[in-house]
Amino acid sequence: MGDLDYIFAVARIRVKEKSLLSDTDISQMTAMKDERAVLGYLADRGWGDGDGSTDAEAVLRAEERKTVELVKELKIDPAVFELLSYPNLYHNLKAGIKEICTSDANVGAFFDDETYGREAMLRILQNKSFAELPEHMREVAEAAYASMLETRDGQRCDILVDRACLEAMEKAGQKSKSRLLREYVESTVAVSDIKIAARAQKTGKSLAFLKEALAPCRSLDTRKLAIAASESEEALINCLDAQGFHEAGEALKESPSAFERWCDNRLIETIRPEKANSVSMGPVIAYYLARQNEIKTVRIILTAKANGFSEEATRERVRDMYV
Amino acid sequence: MTLGMVFALTGAVLSTALAGWGSAWGVGMAGQAAAGVVAEDPDQFAKVLILQLLPGTQGIYGLLVTFITLSNIGVLGGTPITDTNVGLMYMLACLPIAIVGLISAYHQGRTSVASIGIVAKKPDQFGKAMLFPAMVETYAILALLVSILAITNIKA
Repeated sequence: MGDLDYIFAVARIRVKEKSLLSDTDISQMTAMKDERAVLGYLADRGWGDGDGSTDAEAVLRAEERKTVELVKELKIDPAVFELLSYPNLYHNLKAGIKEICTSDANVGAFFDDETYGREAMLRILQNKSFAELPEHMREVAEAAYASMLETRDGQRCDILVDRACLEAMEKAGQKSKSRLLREYVESTVAVSDIKIAARAQKTGKSLAFLKEALAPCRSLDTRKLAIAASESEEALINCLDAQGFHEAGEALKESPSAFERWCDNRLIETIRPEKANSVSMGPVIAYYLARQNEIKTVRIILTAKANGFSEEATRERVRDMYV
Repeated sequence: MTLGMVFALTGAVLSTALAGWGSAWGVGMAGQAAAGVVAEDPDQFAKVLILQLLPGTQGIYGLLVTFITLSNIGVLGGTPITDTNVGLMYMLACLPIAIVGLISAYHQGRTSVASIGIVAKKPDQFGKAMLFPAMVETYAILALLVSILAITNIKA
């Protein structure tokens, strides 16, 4: 499909964008007294199934379902959303490997997936029928499964699978006809690598660990990043500064939650130009990602309210909105 | 039929065909966007319909030029032209609206799509949104004037 084939879809999305939460909405919810008040506010904005549910998770699930249904209705190339679901898919792989190798059903929650949900993933892993997995997952599934069986090292399993996920996203993203998708994937890989490096630096991981964990990235010299992260926080911040990620270094200095916030905001910045695009599938992808960001932010607020976090602590964690 | 008449008729056909093609293209694009907005917000029907119709004018201009040409060359009555040079002049006179009509209708359609996006998000900004595609109309009108001036001043 050419860019002009998405005119109808983009026009629908433009109307839908009016109901996205703005920074003002997020600020108001952050200032609210408790979880109940936030849920009431969301219900007034049309969130949930309209049954007045006070189950926060049910409301969020309903919104996720609505977004997926809308995107399906718009008949966007399924390969686009398949790519965006890679992180969930690889997460299910990690959860499946850990559940089988540790015989513990509570090691990790699975994401709902029509093809590779909990049941399917466990069956594939138990039968070692890796050929049933998507081609980009087979090799890492076999390697991570073998590694977990042999070493029982969950962290190593995580880094193998996470790196493979980023590599698969990068590969599929670069093949995409959508400029937005290519840029988004590139940003995702860069931000993920920075996140891995920052966490590894905090926990004192070795250079060898970092080299194994960081996925190759076009906008980031991962070799330099690994060396800097293995040295000190200051070296890492200087390295980020030198590679055009000054704000990441500043956020890292501020606090871990400010850094996590920067990571998500950076991705929202990547999709923001789509607000002015009236053709191509870009605005639809941007809307989908904006909805995910919105749901994630609302989840943070609801969790903070349920656990009695202060308004200031909550505000530090909420993300920028798309609109 | 004389060669002059063939040239003149070619010009008349081109002005309707090309300008009409552009209008169909533009109105079609804007129509898809309008349908997308109405699917979510039926109250905006009247506003988006006006924006959809804007690229349709080039087709009408092309038709007008075709009628004047057919009338002047004797197809709709009167004496048919016989001179090759005169026929060629009619064809050339039809080209401004034919070519500019095609190109401006396409771009006006794209601008209408963008303006429909404005109405979708901010219905109260309809007045401003309508100005953007209306600006493209200027060039279709200029082409129409040139075509009409040229056709009406050809001496048979």
